[in-house]
Amino acid sequence: MRLRKTVLTILSLVVLSLSLAGCGKDQPTLHVYNWGDYIDETILPEFEKETGIKVVYDTYSTNEDMYVKIKSGGSNYDLIFPSEYMVTRMINEGMLQKIDLNKIPNYKNIDPKLMGADYDPGNEYTLPYMWGTLGILYNTTMVDEEIDSWDVLWDPKYAKEILMLDSQRDSIGAALLKLGYSVNTKDPKQLAEAGELLKKQKPLVLAYVVDEGKDKMVAGEAVLALTWSGEAMYAIGENPDLAYAIPKEGTNLWFDVVAIPKGAKNVDAAHKFIDFLNRPEIALRNTEYTGYSTPNLAAWAMLPEEVRNDPAAYPSEDVLANAEVFVSLGETLKEYDRIWTEVKAF
Amino acid sequence: MRRFTLTPYLVWMVLFTVVPMLLVLYYAFSVPTAGGTTWSLENFSRFFEPIYLRVFLRSLSLAVISTAICLLLGYPAAMIMAGSAFKRKNVVMLLFVVPMWMNFLLRTYAWLTILERSGFINSVLAFLNLPRLNILYTDKAVILGMVYNFLPFMVLPIYSVLSKIDKGVVEAAGDLGANPLQVFIKVILPLSMPGVVSGITMVFMPAMTTFVISRLLGGGQFTLIGNLIEQQFLVVGDWGFGSAISVVMIVVILLSMAVMSFFEGPERDVALW
Repeated sequence: MRLRKTVLTILSLVVLSLSLAGCGKDQPTLHVYNWGDYIDETILPEFEKETGIKVVYDTYSTNEDMYVKIKSGGSNYDLIFPSEYMVTRMINEGMLQKIDLNKIPNYKNIDPKLMGADYDPGNEYTLPYMWGTLGILYNTTMVDEEIDSWDVLWDPKYAKEILMLDSQRDSIGAALLKLGYSVNTKDPKQLAEAGELLKKQKPLVLAYVVDEGKDKMVAGEAVLALTWSGEAMYAIGENPDLAYAIPKEGTNLWFDVVAIPKGAKNVDAAHKFIDFLNRPEIALRNTEYTGYSTPNLAAWAMLPEEVRNDPAAYPSEDVLANAEVFVSLGETLKEYDRIWTEVKAF
Repeated sequence: MRRFTLTPYLVWMVLFTVVPMLLVLYYAFSVPTAGGTTWSLENFSRFFEPIYLRVFLRSLSLAVISTAICLLLGYPAAMIMAGSAFKRKNVVMLLFVVPMWMNFLLRTYAWLTILERSGFINSVLAFLNLPRLNILYTDKAVILGMVYNFLPFMVLPIYSVLSKIDKGVVEAAGDLGANPLQVFIKVILPLSMPGVVSGITMVFMPAMTTFVISRLLGGGQFTLIGNLIEQQFLVVGDWGFGSAISVVMIVVILLSMAVMSFFEGPERDVALW
């Protein structure tokens, strides 16, 4: 009996303190949840000053971390930045709410070519924030050939000089592209072939990395690395000997987008913030800070010429025509995981 | 009164230990079907496929090797520290503990730059005209990382037991004609077993389940059981399989603790420190 009373007391204390914490809010607040180091944070106080909305800014390091946090409830984020395959999953699970483009007049600055991709046709839920490709970062002082094909990642000449991504879809994707298959294939035979290819490659691989890969390349610890264009731009900025190539067989086109999760408390402020992000000068500062490619045409026009015309950061339409966006795989993801575990545990 | 003071701890343990454990069990023994979930052993039968057994055996062997190295390095260190001739006990103790004030991830990242091709060790070797050492991204680097990170967990419990051994017992053994080696084998070693056992347990458990060390220092090439579990929850979203592996791990740890307590003897005055 007494136990029950104590439990009730403790619970009511918890509830009381939570509700008290919610008080004293005379200022509207916007909770933003973004990737680490993925925005020029000096724009945040400017937004606060202009709108009087306080911005609470948190970061995550993988789509999966963000997904788990939103899915489990309890968080109160108004704005998130998922990648396209995560958007599909979140839309399917009813975790995103529709955005109102009328409240975001600046969306007109976004390149129409990059709008309405398969993951969100008609842009009902999302607008692109950054985009890029999957390719090969290489050290020009250590290769004496033109890097233009995925085959180079299987060349024994570069044994123990190759960094692959510790990311199932990207590394399996590279193998699928080399074989001439779709990066979204669900065909078990094609997947098995890709798995065999990756096992064959393993003796040549120095390591399977994620974030530390770019630092290794900057330090000259490896010759070739499978990487995303944004990461490559950062690395090239640190070490001019590096270069980035999009292989001729094709590439994966990826997007990180802005979206409003269901349960957001301040939908209005979230729209204001999205519109703010799409202002040309703000988008320009974000792309210059992060090194990632902006989908904002007006911001792109203000970039220095060598960046604007850099085929690595802003590839030609031919390259884009030959690029495929990841689609959420559903149950087939387990098959990808199995193959990836086999490759890494081999 | 006593029951009253216990209540917060009980609530805490039920909320954060018992309930999560039950959830893990629930996910492990159920599979989603079209109309909901059913009880099944499917997740477990999947674990016993060769590919996952290989991961399990690799985790086990790396954990056993690093525990053994920790014991071989840690026991003498603890003995020296506990010895009466040694005056700087507190300083050495501090040196063991101070690195633990720093974040674990940070310390492991530091090894990345120490071991890399143009890193600290290789710069020194190159300066001395010695051949380069390429151990980063091999199993040696993983073991090194484990030993480095977990050594204090071996030294401290052994030290704590050794320093409590009654000096009179040791002297008596000597007076009765035992030579130093006999004193060690017949007196000190048996008396220090509780410390050794808790040291082994405290090194073996984290070594068996780590996923950060194998990913960073092994370059992702040495998938351990911890990596497998992490992947099921964060990447694949297969909570059932992830929970099943966790349950297998819990059983393994319980078994190893049972074996350990058998060696520990009947007194059971385990001192963690």
